[in-house]
Parts: sequence; C-alpha cells; structure tokens
Amino acid sequence: MSTPASVTADVTAEQALAVDLTSPERAHSRVWVRLRTHPSAVVGVVIFALYVLASMVGPLIFRYDPIHQNLSDAFLPSSAAHPLGTDEYGRDELVRLLYGARYTLVLGFAAVAIGVGIGLPLGAVSGFLGGWVDLGSQRVTDVLLAFPNILLALALVASLGVGLQNVIIAVGITSIPIFVRLVRASALSVRELPYVEAGRALGVPSSIVLFRHVVPNSLAPVIVQASLQLGAAILIAAGLGFLGLGVQAPTPEWGSMLGASRNYIFSDPNLATFPGLAIFGAVLAFNLLGDGLRDALDPRLK
Amino acid sequence: MLTYLVRRVLVAIPTVFGVATVVFFLRTLLPGDPAIIIAGPQATPEAIANIRRQLGLDQPLWQQYLSFLGGLVHGDLGISTRTGQPVIQEIATRAPYTAQLAVASLVLAVLVGVTLGVLAATRRSTVGDLGISSGAVFGVSMPVYWLGLMLIVVFAVRFRVLPAAGTDQGLASLVLPTVTLALFSMGLVTRQTRSAMLEVLGQDFVRTARAKGAGRRAVLIRHALRNALLPIVTTIGLQFGILLGGAVLTESIFAWPGVGRLLVDSIGSRDYPVVQGVVLLLSVAFITINIVTDLIYAYVDPRIRYS
Repeated sequence: MSTPASVTADVTAEQALAVDLTSPERAHSRVWVRLRTHPSAVVGVVIFALYVLASMVGPLIFRYDPIHQNLSDAFLPSSAAHPLGTDEYGRDELVRLLYGARYTLVLGFAAVAIGVGIGLPLGAVSGFLGGWVDLGSQRVTDVLLAFPNILLALALVASLGVGLQNVIIAVGITSIPIFVRLVRASALSVRELPYVEAGRALGVPSSIVLFRHVVPNSLAPVIVQASLQLGAAILIAAGLGFLGLGVQAPTPEWGSMLGASRNYIFSDPNLATFPGLAIFGAVLAFNLLGDGLRDALDPRLK
Repeated sequence: MLTYLVRRVLVAIPTVFGVATVVFFLRTLLPGDPAIIIAGPQATPEAIANIRRQLGLDQPLWQQYLSFLGGLVHGDLGISTRTGQPVIQEIATRAPYTAQLAVASLVLAVLVGVTLGVLAATRRSTVGDLGISSGAVFGVSMPVYWLGLMLIVVFAVRFRVLPAAGTDQGLASLVLPTVTLALFSMGLVTRQTRSAMLEVLGQDFVRTARAKGAGRRAVLIRHALRNALLPIVTTIGLQFGILLGGAVLTESIFAWPGVGRLLVDSIGSRDYPVVQGVVLLLSVAFITINIVTDLIYAYVDPRIRYS
C-alpha cells in the first residue's frame, strides 16, 4: 500500500499552503524574513540599537557630569580626554550628546505613545460606530490637521509653557490626528467584511468585535506610521528645543544644544555639527525602519 | 466646477471656525495673568485693572470668545501687546517675506523632486536609483535648523559667497533660506514621484504607447508622468503645510523678517494676540492651499468632481 511519491508531494504542498494561509505564526515569520532582508530596515535597526546602547553604556564609560560647569575648560578642541571637545561652559560635548540620546528617545516614544494611545481607540470607535460619533471626531481631526506641521506644537507650548513634560504633551497631541485617520479608514473597511457581520449576527458584543477584529486589522499601518512618526516627533521636539521653546538648558537635549551653539557658529562650528548629526541619525533610523516595515507588512504599498 | 468649489469652501468654514476656537482657548491655558505680564512686576493694581479692561479680560470667558470671533469676522485680530500696533498690520508687513520664501522653496522642491523622481523610476534598481532614493531619505530626515546652520558655516563663513542672514542682498539673500526650507519637501516629492511613476510605468497603456512606436521622452512625459500627477499633486499640496511650519524655523535661523520669526519673537515676549493671529493666519493659508490643491486635482482628474 504505497502512495506514489508525486501525490504525496502534492498533498504536502497543498497542506503547507493551507497552513501558511491560516497560521498567524507563519504570517509573522514571513514578515520577519522580509524585514530581516530589507536593507533599509536593517540599517535603521542597527542605527537605533547603537543609539540605545550609547545612551545606556556611554555615560558609564565617559564619567563627566553633563550639567556641571567648568568655565576654565570652555571651548577645548577634541582630545583624548574630551573626544568631541567641550562646550561654552566647559562641559564634555560627547557626554552631553550621550545623555541627550536618552531625552530624545524618551521624548519620541512618549509623544508617539500619546498619539497611538488616543488616536487608535478614537479612530477605531469612530470608523466602527459611524454616525454622530464619527462625524464629531472627524471634524475635530480636521481642525487638528489644519494646523501646519510644527505650528500646533508651538502654539501648545506657547500656552502650556516649556519643559520636557509639556513638549511631550504638545508633540503627542500633534501626532493624534494621523492615527485617528489611519485606524478609522481600516475600521471602515473591516466593518463591512463578512466575518464581522457574522460575529454581529451571532450576537457578539460590539466592543469584542472592535478589539478582536477591527483593531488588530489596523495594526500594520499603525506600526509603520508609528515608526515614521517617531522620526517626525524627534524633529519637532528638537525644533522646539532649538527655538528655546522646548526642553530647557542646562538639560543636555540635542535641540537646545544646537540652539545654544548658534552663538558660537563662527568661532566653534563643531558645537553645532554634532548635536545636529545626532538628531539627523535618529530621524534617519526611524524613517528607514518605517520604510522597511511598510514593505514587509504590506508589500502592496511598495 | 463652480459647484465643487462652493462645496469645498462650505466644508472648510467649520474647520476655520474650529481652528479659531482652539487658538482662542489655548490662551486660557496660559499660566499667570496676561495683564500682570504686560504691566510688568512694578505696576500698581490700578494699572493692571486698566489693562484688564482694555484687553476685555474683565469680561466672562464666553463674552471674550464672542468678541474674539466678532473681531475675526471684521478682520480685527486685536492689538499687539509689545508694539501697540494692530496684529493684522504686524502680520501684513511680514507676510510677503514668508510667501516669497515658501513659494521659492516649493518651486525648487517640485522642479528638482519631480525630475529626480522620474530619473529614479526609469532607472529602477540601478546605482543611480539607489543614490537618488538614499538622497531622498536623507532629505526627509534632515533637521532644517541644522541644515541651515551648516549651510551658513560652509557658504557664508568658509567660502564667503553668500550672506549668512538678512534680506539686504536681494536674490543672493534668498538662496540659503530657500535651499534649507526646500530640502525636506524635495525628498518627499522625489519619493512620491518615483513610486507613482513606477506604478504607472508598469501599466498596459504605457506598453501600448511604446509598442505603437512613441518616442521614449513622449511616453515618459505625455503618457506616464501625466497619469502619475495625481498623487504628486496631493503631495505638493501637503508640502505647503510643511513649508509654512518649516518657515518658522528657517526664518529664525536666517533672521528672515517673515511671520514665522514674528511668531517665535512673540512667544518669547508673551505677545499672545500676535501668536494667535499668526497661528490662525498660517492655518487659514494652509486650508486655502488644500482647497486649491483639491481644485487642481479635480481639474486633472474630472472623475473626482462627480463623486
């Protein structure tokens, strides 16, 4: 009772295909493989990992105080003791950059967490329920989107005041509308699918349909956008710092360091070069990762 | 087309109203009494009460809100607490500078971005494509405030070929601010043009055009680019918002006397009527540009008007 080899092979291929289509683990591993082999995603992750590592380990290796002033050491050129030299108050530039990485990462992640945390549920409910809820939340989103880019964050900081916490709130609020729009669009498309209708017909409560089917279905674009938004949030937060309206001196935040360096741009341009390069690298990392995630999660968008 | 325009404008009115409301209520979040801030720490209680009356701060909030909206309808944005001039006048003297900078940057970004995007799409997966695509990601990741400083260091400090700040050298003064502001948009337009062109170049009508013997340039421009224009136009419209926001930073770097710099100075001196005025004006400008974009969109693709 032996089965011809070719038939067995066919059956296995079919089974494999069936498993591939239904198993979420397989889908995840496919995404993972695409991401791992995507050059820009790899570069993005490597830069991001270096930043995290530098912000955690760096201050343990270079044991200077990032805040304490020592005016006799001001504007030292780079040397073995101070690889990137010192700033106008004699503080080690490299140590300030390393501590600055912590602020930048915290600012970026916290602001995007606010954006996703409020935007995702609002968009899901808005798209799924429709009607007045949708109309109301969409008009509010319209208004928030009508402020050009950094302007809403500036207006919020002008009212709330400067400082780390207020910058996070301001940049966080500016990131909300994009997530509302994204999740709403995907909720609208999922709402009409047969399995959601079936769930409803079976009497599954709306809240369960919402969180078990609508939200997970919108996660792919949200993850992509979150990565890109991290870059945007870092740019805006550092921009506020640059204008003197963000995290305040003497905190070693890259934007405010860059802002302070403007006064010495003719005598010591290095003080402007490195914080800017650091911001550029962080934003580049999240943009590259976002591109890679988009191609890996949704090849149609390529 | 006219019906479409009217409908678009009507839809925008509640948004403008919403923006005005947000701008008004943001002021109420301000810590401290604006009258005390304006009067200074040594002012007598009578002087403070006087300023409160002048600014209408002694009235209940809803009344202040209504008179704020009433003023807006008449083009009255209040009085600058710093200079004593009407806000609308402060903005009017600076708006042309911002418009000049934003338009110059948009033109540069579109010309370079569309050209590079088409070049990259037609050379897909070559070294040229890789170079252009990488350059575009670099462009959208570049902080304008850093780019501006670096351009000053190179072109104004080292080579001394262009002025570092101000507007007194005519076109030469415009070069560095324009390049600084344009780079981000240039990157986005390049990316959008490349992907829109790639999508169109794979379609049947392009193959047909090639098969019937149309020249390479004609296929690219008349058949492919024209059909790829829709998403590109949308991106360009959205760029304006980014340019207006970026202008705030760029103007601050190059001491460019536009509304962006006015905004930053006013936040610094707590001149809230001016802050409100500038934020409102830039948002309304952005909403208007979006309507114009939609109209161009409807013109390029007549199907949109009827949907």
